[in-house]
Amino acid sequence: MQSYFKNRWLPYLLLLPTFIVLFVFLFYPAAETFRLSLYRVQAFGLRQKFAGFGNFVSLFHHPDYVASFLLSLLFSACVVVIGLFISLLIALLLNQKLKGIRIYRSLLLWPYAFSPAIAGAVFGFLFSPANGFVTSLFASMFGVSPKWLTDSHLAFGVVTAAAVWKNLGYNIIFYLAGLQQVQQEAVESASIDGAGPARRFWYITFPLLSPTTFFLLIMNIIYSYFGSFGLVDVLTQGGPANGTNILIYQLYRDFFVNSVTGLAAAESVILFVLVVVLMMIQFRTTGRRVYYQ
Amino acid sequence: MLMRRSTRVIFHVLIILCIVTISLPVLITIVISTQSPAEVYTSPPRIIPSNHLSNYVAAWNSVTLGRLLLNSFIISIGVTVGKILLSLLAAFAFTHFEFRGKNILFFIVLITLLLPIPVRIVALFQVVSAMHWIDTYFGLILPFLASATGVFLLVQRFRMVPVELLDAAKMDGVGPMRYLVSILVPLSASSIGALTVIEFIYVWNQYLWPLMATNTDQMRVVQIGIKMMIQAEAMNNWGVIMAGVVMTMIPPLVVFYLMQESFMKGFALASEK
Repeated sequence: MQSYFKNRWLPYLLLLPTFIVLFVFLFYPAAETFRLSLYRVQAFGLRQKFAGFGNFVSLFHHPDYVASFLLSLLFSACVVVIGLFISLLIALLLNQKLKGIRIYRSLLLWPYAFSPAIAGAVFGFLFSPANGFVTSLFASMFGVSPKWLTDSHLAFGVVTAAAVWKNLGYNIIFYLAGLQQVQQEAVESASIDGAGPARRFWYITFPLLSPTTFFLLIMNIIYSYFGSFGLVDVLTQGGPANGTNILIYQLYRDFFVNSVTGLAAAESVILFVLVVVLMMIQFRTTGRRVYYQ
Repeated sequence: MLMRRSTRVIFHVLIILCIVTISLPVLITIVISTQSPAEVYTSPPRIIPSNHLSNYVAAWNSVTLGRLLLNSFIISIGVTVGKILLSLLAAFAFTHFEFRGKNILFFIVLITLLLPIPVRIVALFQVVSAMHWIDTYFGLILPFLASATGVFLLVQRFRMVPVELLDAAKMDGVGPMRYLVSILVPLSASSIGALTVIEFIYVWNQYLWPLMATNTDQMRVVQIGIKMMIQAEAMNNWGVIMAGVVMTMIPPLVVFYLMQESFMKGFALASEK
């Protein structure tokens, strides 16, 4: 756009509300969290003592925290890879020219409105030991009743499945929007050259779709690290035996239950660094190959 | 491209299978919410709706669900409206004015994407405590009023408005604020619709911050209510819990389907370069 309104102070006035909120509730708390991560804070925040990287050192010397760290990496990888794979397949189906496709589409988008807490409650029932739907189904079909929510590995699987299920709506919407952007002509010209559907997808559609995939990778990483808190709190509270104690849950416990503010601040900083590093790895590997139109 | 008849049939079957698999947990939830405890505990499970609708009354009473729903509504609407207003003003400034520091200020908005709540939650809690806003609507609404998403979406939309409109408006002596309100806002209806859906559902579904920023049952939100209900029913009376889940799910679904058209349209616009 070449043309502007001429006014010296109005643009700043327009930006003022946004920047007040940004500084009071975003930048200041973020900076303060970084500062606190270097201090030992007594309960109720009365006294602070500079501790350097002491908080970080003690975190990584604590077996529970290290376990939680590794668990989060695994959880995130599972949620992102499985979630995106399923969503892309479904979006491809929904992108076909079929009768009634609009109805199909609106029937597959509604998981967008599901919340982590709802996913937790619903899966809590499905896998409940007394008479959960899946539990009974297993009992009557295979004659076994796995301890879905009391075995730490199985509980991890249930939480992962719930997390993937909850985010399907979001991922499908973005993939569908992305697919509709991908030029039909490019796909059609390749089909004239005699390329089969699989080759056509792999060599043309998938590369063209890479900006969407890239965006979804980032959003799903953030979701798996931060957004799954409600799910864990409703379904397992981090248990059994810390089997679903992902980093955000450990952070909540340390800050809110154990009141070790400095440690919790250090955990926030670690989460921040982790997500930024993962994004940078993404950007260096996938990002470079991202096809920009 | 024409598909063979058999291919078409396979696609229909696959899509219906996907819909059933993904929707099944919710369908089961709805069915269970109508069953009495005895029916829930029959083995093998019966997935047939019953008439035990008193579950809904029980759920409503077990955790003052009415109050929780009201709180969620106030917070979701407050954040959605506030965020859209602030984003409109900011996006207007970034697209229709030239001023010093524009690029830096835009960059500052951009990097907020790297600061999701958990990264600053410790100190955010202290800030809100210091303002005595724990357990108030202020504490639940104000921290969310600024976000990059809204500003970006609207900046992209505003940039697509033909320059001729602005020139014509300036010729007619239309001031900036009137131009924003009577030209840009109506033209951006579908972007605003998309933002409404995104923000309403985001805030309605929030969990961690409302859990920390409230400490009385009077100020809790409905997502926390789900856990309170599970605890109140001792993970036992699933009919009642599922009735609560259904009631929690309805408002975001209504918003989603009411605005689906503009949501999808606004979305397509947003992803255009």
